[in-house]
Amino acid sequence: MAANKYVCKICGYVHEGNNAPDTCPLCKAGSDQFAPVAEPAAEGGKAEAPKKKGINTNSDMYAIIYAAIVVVIVAFLLAGVSSALKPMQDENIRLDKMKQILSSLHINDVKDAKAQYESVVKKDAIINAAGNEVAAAGGFDVANDAITEDNLPIYVCEVDGEEKYVIPMTGQGLWGGIWGYMAVNSDGNTIYGVYFSHASETPGLGAEIASDKFKSRFDGKNIIANGEVALEAVKGRLSNEATQVNSISGATITCNGVNAMLKKCLGNYKAFLAAKQQPQANVEPTTECCEGACPEAEANATEE
Amino acid sequence: MAELFSKKNKEALTTPLLKNNPVTLQVLGICSALAVTSKLAPAVVMGLSVTIIVAMANVIISLIRNTIPNRIRIIIQLVVVAALVTIVSEILKAFAYDVSVQLSVYIGLIITNCILMGRLEAFAMQNGPWASFLDGIGNGVGYAMILIIVAFFRELFGSGTLFDYPVIPQALYDMGYINNGLMLMAPMAFFLIACIIWVQRAKDKSLQEN
Repeated sequence: MAANKYVCKICGYVHEGNNAPDTCPLCKAGSDQFAPVAEPAAEGGKAEAPKKKGINTNSDMYAIIYAAIVVVIVAFLLAGVSSALKPMQDENIRLDKMKQILSSLHINDVKDAKAQYESVVKKDAIINAAGNEVAAAGGFDVANDAITEDNLPIYVCEVDGEEKYVIPMTGQGLWGGIWGYMAVNSDGNTIYGVYFSHASETPGLGAEIASDKFKSRFDGKNIIANGEVALEAVKGRLSNEATQVNSISGATITCNGVNAMLKKCLGNYKAFLAAKQQPQANVEPTTECCEGACPEAEANATEE
Repeated sequence: MAELFSKKNKEALTTPLLKNNPVTLQVLGICSALAVTSKLAPAVVMGLSVTIIVAMANVIISLIRNTIPNRIRIIIQLVVVAALVTIVSEILKAFAYDVSVQLSVYIGLIITNCILMGRLEAFAMQNGPWASFLDGIGNGVGYAMILIIVAFFRELFGSGTLFDYPVIPQALYDMGYINNGLMLMAPMAFFLIACIIWVQRAKDKSLQEN
């Protein structure tokens, strides 16, 4: 039976025997890199016992009680930290959401996001897919994953005296969630600005959707053509300058996710946007049938 | 003070920087070295967080090392590390929200960093709190160093930027230079680490294995 233990200082390999091994089988370090371990082999707890005054640290009972105590201490510690910091974290999340909405309106690097948000956003209403207002306020408190066809938040904002509508969007990228805010001009079709963010896309590739370079490509594009959400990011040459932007090479799946998100989320607001377009000269003859075709079109969009 | 920096303690601090670097010689923490090194900024913060957490975990484990039941020591170490990482991540969320948004995934990844388990098991279980603290700092910095070297080359040649500031002059792009997208892929980190190991062992023959 092994009498002593030697631990390799390089890799932590533990050797059992009377002497340190010549070389470490794991990292090939010489015997001079081995240090004797004071504790005895697992079976013989007696050497440690005198120090602990009768408590056998190798007994099952001790291990179970020890683990229970450690877990309870850690649990209370984490619960305490978490509940103590929760209000600050929630406030940060709210402020961050305001910053994201402002960023879609080309308002970046704000110091006091709350004041700025309150001066720009006039109304955070909730509408349904038919474009009717459900609630005049409270859109901000709708979590992104609680957005349904009957519960669509819309932010009515005023920038430089002009009315803008900000639409929240959520979707799936390659590794995790992606989300964004689309600011639309008062004509209900032209994009004023956009904000994209992501949870864990590949840095340098998919993560580039959050870069200004990609976001600025959307400015001035049209969302809807022929009654459908036509806005998309495509590879190669643009076949329709008005509604297409260049996608990011090497980030095909993330860009597909962006397209699916645009189709699905903006599709929910089609009726609302169409209603904003009507006061203008009727450039779009298909506006009327759009409303009737909505559920069908959405089904198609989700399939893609 | 002389005692605080005895020869043994100094060694605990300095050997992990080069002679016993956690990444290039202990070959620990490779997985996170791939994940966070495509840009410099996350690499720096990751190195910093790992340094702090490995030092703190080393101290805690070293303090309670004589009471830990031998058979469940790995579990206890894991609980301590996981608790520390969670607390750090909560604090970041409350006081440095922007940083935490940028790094949320990477902070969680620290739990799986083998350097922590390796150092707790190999050093903190046998040594006093002060020596363990120095060992943690040394290993954290050694790890951060490699991360930063790898991230420097990957960001420079992959994106043409450093800390997101463009450094490659536009004139070069006009002449037809293109950023090497391959540098942004995870395998390139493997090749770069291999190059570092190669250079290091070519310079210091005593590190070579037979």
